[in-house]
Amino acid sequence: MHSPAHRNDGRLAWILIAPALVGFIVFAVYPTLRGIYLSFTNFRVLSPPSWTGLDNFVRLIHDDVFWGALGVTVYFVVLSVVIGMTFSLVTAVILHRLNASTLVRGMVILPFLISGVVAATTWSWMLDSQLGIINMLIEKLTGSPILFLGSRSWAIPSIALISVWKSMGYNAIIIFAGLQTIPSTVYEAGRIDGASEVKMFRYLTLPLLRPILAMVLILNVIGSFQVFDIVAVTTKGGPANASNVLQMYIYQKAFGQFDFGYASTMSLALFAMLIVITFLQMRLTRASQTDTN
Amino acid sequence: MITSTIRRRRPFSAGRFTSWVYVALILLITVFPFYWMLRTAFSNNRALATNPGSFLPVDFTLGAFRRVIGLATASESLAEGGSGASLQLGPYILNSVIYATVSTVSIVFFSALAAYAFSRLQWRGRELMFGLFLTALMVPGILTLLPNFVLIKDLGLLNTFAGMILPGALFSAFNIFFLRQFMLGMSNEIEEAAIIDGAGRLRIFFGITLPMTSGPIITLSILGFITAWNDYFWPLLVTNDESVRPLTLALAVFKQSSPQAAPDWSGLMAATLVAALPMLVLFLAFGKRIVNSIGFTGLK
Repeated sequence: MHSPAHRNDGRLAWILIAPALVGFIVFAVYPTLRGIYLSFTNFRVLSPPSWTGLDNFVRLIHDDVFWGALGVTVYFVVLSVVIGMTFSLVTAVILHRLNASTLVRGMVILPFLISGVVAATTWSWMLDSQLGIINMLIEKLTGSPILFLGSRSWAIPSIALISVWKSMGYNAIIIFAGLQTIPSTVYEAGRIDGASEVKMFRYLTLPLLRPILAMVLILNVIGSFQVFDIVAVTTKGGPANASNVLQMYIYQKAFGQFDFGYASTMSLALFAMLIVITFLQMRLTRASQTDTN
Repeated sequence: MITSTIRRRRPFSAGRFTSWVYVALILLITVFPFYWMLRTAFSNNRALATNPGSFLPVDFTLGAFRRVIGLATASESLAEGGSGASLQLGPYILNSVIYATVSTVSIVFFSALAAYAFSRLQWRGRELMFGLFLTALMVPGILTLLPNFVLIKDLGLLNTFAGMILPGALFSAFNIFFLRQFMLGMSNEIEEAAIIDGAGRLRIFFGITLPMTSGPIITLSILGFITAWNDYFWPLLVTNDESVRPLTLALAVFKQSSPQAAPDWSGLMAATLVAALPMLVLFLAFGKRIVNSIGFTGLK
């Protein structure tokens, strides 16, 4: 194993990974441990944290705003992921079947390139209740505008649509790349067996694509759970907490009220949920791998 | 990458027709907001209210752009329906350029160093360390945000580029993993020939490995730059001073300071266009590469 060429590798290797190791320990491991510690304390930044045991967790259980925010977040995640995944998959399959050019594929990912702030600002203009182009069309059709970002029932669906608009193309391109790895012989065999397009999609494409779909799904769920910028720019959690997602609530607790201890507790709770989801992803991906092999 | 386009020349079919209609619709929804940004940015904000549905700029003017780069006087701004406030985008653009460039160069470079150690060097503990690094891939960012803010504050780095850049500048599990994959696949022969010629490890890294990995390095750089340019949350936490705040924050502040009753939509759209412009230029220059990068990184 250790040829003469590799004699001094050990020392050099540690030097080469030193910056990454420092970054890993200082900005990933240490903050994770500190975050867990802070969630058991009363910490308001200006004075050192004082240990309060499970107080924050008890408070969390009785905090209606937290549960409300969790509900709002889950509603957003389900909406944006279901709509987003559906459109991404359909778009990817169609682009693949039509053998669409890189230009077409490129145009689809344009929204991914701009920031959430730009997307949110642009859409709040188009959805504006008085001068927005979308409301002008709606008013022509139904006679009355919709207060997209200003109404309790529309705030989350509107934010979900902006989020889907922004990420759909990105997901579609990843799924498209997955489709390209499926050997064409699979489809030729299907065709010889007389399978219809729909049947081939159902029994060939979907199972073979499952590892990719599982990955895209989980990345989207994790990303959606942490939605912040679109909400911050469009509604800031309003009206009346209707779009107060978890990340927004954590931010307000930490930087609006300087309640870092409690904000850390909520982060830990969210973190725990995401870990469970990540774990499920690994199970899901692995299961599908043995499935297809 | 194996390609498997199921291309068969077929005559006109209803399915193909429907598919193209679907694609056209998707492209319309994708591109229209960009056109609407442009159309609004070139409109006179006061005139916009009288003709909101026009598909061409209403009372064409460059006023909105002048307002957001700080060329318009308050009275000019008011005359065109602005709020009287102007935005000096120039310094923010510079901040964004510094933030995105330094972050990207640094993380890709340090990841390449680590990836080299994890692929081309043989040392005890290599697999263990790599496995340890990989666990970071599974951990969502949320838990580290607040403690990292506290750490940056304790280090006295709030409102500095260092504070914005450092937490993400040294370690990226994904970048290391991605570059390692490529380096593992490189043949030993060139490297061994160089060793026989008396080249040291570092010379091999800079002279052979790094140039041979330029493809994936560019991929990661483009994706990293896009992410950093569009970053909002972390800079929001660690800065409150205009001298270091990036463009995304300036835009959000400008949006919030615009009056609720009669927002300066032309100004806002001019500002969003300016904020999006580098990405659009990047797209024009590297479109194909970006598309392939995204597909590729997704497959891992």
